[in-house]
Amino acid sequence: MNKLWALKKSIWVYHLCSGSCNNCDIEILDCLTPKFDLERFGILLVGSIRHADAILATGSISRKALPRIKRVYEQMPQPKLVIAVGGCACSGGIFKNAYNIVGPFDKIVPVTAYVPGCPPKPEAIIDGVVKVINSL
Amino acid sequence: MVQQDVIKELKEKLGKKILKWEEKPPKRYYLTIPREDILETANFIFKEQGARFIIESGVDTPRAMEILYHFSFDELNKIVTLKVLLPKDRCEVESIAPIIPGANWIEREIAELLGVKFLNHPDPRRLLLAEDWPEGEFPLRQEVRENQ
Amino acid sequence: MNRKTIIPIGPYHPLQEEPEFFELEVEGEKVIDINVHIGYNHRSIEKIAESKTFDQMVFLVERICGICSTSHPIANCNAVEDLAGIEIPERARYIRSIVGELERLHSHLLWAGLAGHFIGYNTLWMWIWKYREPILEIFEAVTGNRNHYAMMIPGGVRRDIKEEDIPFLSKGLDEAERKIDMVTKAVLDDPVLAARLKGVGILSREDAINYCAVGPTARASGIPIDVRRDDPYAAYDLVDWEVITQEEGDVFAKAVVRLLECFESIKIIRQCLKMLRTVKGEIAAKVKEIPPGEGIGRHEAPRGEVFHYVRSDGSNMPVRLKVRAPTYVNLPTCKATVPGESVADAAIILAAIDPCYCCTERIVTINKRTGQRELNGQDLLRLSRKKTEKICKNMGRRNV
Repeated sequence: MNKLWALKKSIWVYHLCSGSCNNCDIEILDCLTPKFDLERFGILLVGSIRHADAILATGSISRKALPRIKRVYEQMPQPKLVIAVGGCACSGGIFKNAYNIVGPFDKIVPVTAYVPGCPPKPEAIIDGVVKVINSL
Repeated sequence: MVQQDVIKELKEKLGKKILKWEEKPPKRYYLTIPREDILETANFIFKEQGARFIIESGVDTPRAMEILYHFSFDELNKIVTLKVLLPKDRCEVESIAPIIPGANWIEREIAELLGVKFLNHPDPRRLLLAEDWPEGEFPLRQEVRENQ
Repeated sequence: MNRKTIIPIGPYHPLQEEPEFFELEVEGEKVIDINVHIGYNHRSIEKIAESKTFDQMVFLVERICGICSTSHPIANCNAVEDLAGIEIPERARYIRSIVGELERLHSHLLWAGLAGHFIGYNTLWMWIWKYREPILEIFEAVTGNRNHYAMMIPGGVRRDIKEEDIPFLSKGLDEAERKIDMVTKAVLDDPVLAARLKGVGILSREDAINYCAVGPTARASGIPIDVRRDDPYAAYDLVDWEVITQEEGDVFAKAVVRLLECFESIKIIRQCLKMLRTVKGEIAAKVKEIPPGEGIGRHEAPRGEVFHYVRSDGSNMPVRLKVRAPTYVNLPTCKATVPGESVADAAIILAAIDPCYCCTERIVTINKRTGQRELNGQDLLRLSRKKTEKICKNMGRRNV
C-alpha cells in the first residue's frame, strides 16, 4: 500500500502505441503542451517502461506489435496500471474485425481504465488519469 | 508538351498492343496491355515521356488478377493507368522496380497481400505482414472474408 | 568496423519507443546503409472498405491517419465523384478547401515543433505547439472536433460554416499568421539552424524523381508538383496562391517549404472565407447511386499527394479501394539521403520527410549479427542535440 500512496503524489506515465492512426498519440502529446500542461499535476511522461507507474495505451494492437506489447507489460514494475486511450484501445473501434488486428487491449492485458473518444480530448485523458489516481 | 501529344505518342508507340482503351477525357485514361509488354511500356512512359509513377494496385476479380499501374503527367493533368490481366493460375509479371525504384515497396505489398509474383524484383521480402502470418494466405483476395 | 544500430523514435514522438524502426549500418560516425521495416500500423483498411458502403468508407479512411485526417476523405470523395461524375456545389468547394488548408497549417506546425525537439530546441517545440492550439480550436468551432472532423461526403460537405462563425475564424487566422511569421523569421535568420540543417540530408532532383517523391519532400528538391495546381479540385482553381519550391533539397529547404506554405494556406483560407459571404446555396449534391466503373481521386495532403482508387460494380459497396499515402513514396527516399551522413544527423533527416507512419506503417529491425542493441532512439536524439550544442558553442551562443 505504501507504493500506492506514493503514486498519489505524482504518477509517471509511459506512452505505448500499438498500431493506431496516431491521433490519440498526438492528443496525449498535446497534454504536455502549455495549454494543458500535464506536468503541473505531477504527471510525467517517461521514456522507459521500468520507470512508469501507468501505461497510456493507444491503438488496437496489430499482429506485429503484439510481442512488443506483451514484453512491455511484463517489464513494467508492479503495480501495473493500464489506461486504454481512444476507441481503438477500448474496443477495437472500426478495426475490430480486421485481419491484422489482435486487440483491443483488454484481450491481451488487464486494463484499469478506459478513456473513450476518437480521439478523446486532452481534458478527457487528464480526467481519466486523475480518476485512476483517486481510485487507488 | 502540347496537350494531346503524350496520348497520341502512347497510342503510336503501343499500336496493336493495346487490348482495350477506356478514357474519361481529358484527365483519365485506362489502357489494357499484354503482360509481356509492361516493362517496355513502363520504361517508355516513365523515362521517355517523363511521367511520374504514382502507385500500383492489384484487384482480384473473378476472371483475372488485374494489376494497375498509375502514371501521372503532372503538367498536363492526366493520369494514364496501364492494366495488365494475369490468369489466376499463373499470377506472375515482370517487376518494374529495376527501372522505377519507387515501385519497390508496392510490389512487395501486392505480392504478400494478393499472392502475385513479381519476377526479378530486387528485394522480394515481406513488407507489412508479420513473420508469423501463414504462407499462402493472401488477405486481400476475394475468397478471404473478413474476420477469418 | 561494421556495427548495426537500431533507432526507435520516442518518447516525445507519437511513435512507440520500443520497436526498432530503422536499421542503420554504421562505421564509426558515418551511416553506410539504411533499411526500413514496416508493418506495425497495418490495419487492413482496404479490406474493411470492401464491406462498407460508400458513405461509411469516408469515415473509415478518415481514421487512416490522425494528422492528415481530412486528406483521405477529400481524396476518397474525389475518387467517388470521379467515378460517378458528380459535381459538388460551389459552396462545398470553398468549405473543402478551408478545412484542407487548416489541416495543412496544423500539420506543418506539428512537424516544425517535432523537428525543433529533434535538434534540441525544446522551447521552440513547446511554443509552436501552443500556437497550434488556436487552430485546433477553430476546428472545434467549425467541425465539432479537434481532429477527425467528419466533414466530407461524396457530393459535398456535411456541415456548413455559419456566417456568425467567420469573425472568430478570421481572428484566429490573424493570430496564427502573426505567430507563424515570428517563427519563420526566427528559423530563417538563425545561424545555428542554418549551420545545423543546411547541406544535411540532400535529396537530389534525380533521386526524387526515381523514388517518385511527392509533397514538400519533392518540392524542396526543385520539383514543382502540387496536386492542388496540377489537378484542381475543391476551390483551388478559384483562388490565388503560389506553389512553394526550393532547390537545395536539404533539411533546411524542406523546413522552409513547409513554413512558407503556411502563409499560402492562410491566403487561400482568407479568400475562401470571403467568397462564403456571397456564395450561398446547397452544401452537398444529392447522390442517388454509384454506377459501375472506376474512379481516381487525389488531394495534396500536408505530406504530399494522397491517391485513392475506387472500383464499383453498381452496388452500394466498393469492390476495391486502393489508398496510397504520400509517406509510402517519400520514406524510401531515406535510402538516398541518409547513407553518407553522420549518425547525429540521422534523426533529423528522417524527420524531415515528415513521415506519417500511420499512413504508411512503422519500422523495425533486429541486429542479426550480434542480436545487440547499441544505440537507441534516445541516444540518437541526444547525439543530434549534442551536435546543435557544439555549433552553438562555436558561434559563441547560449543554446535555446
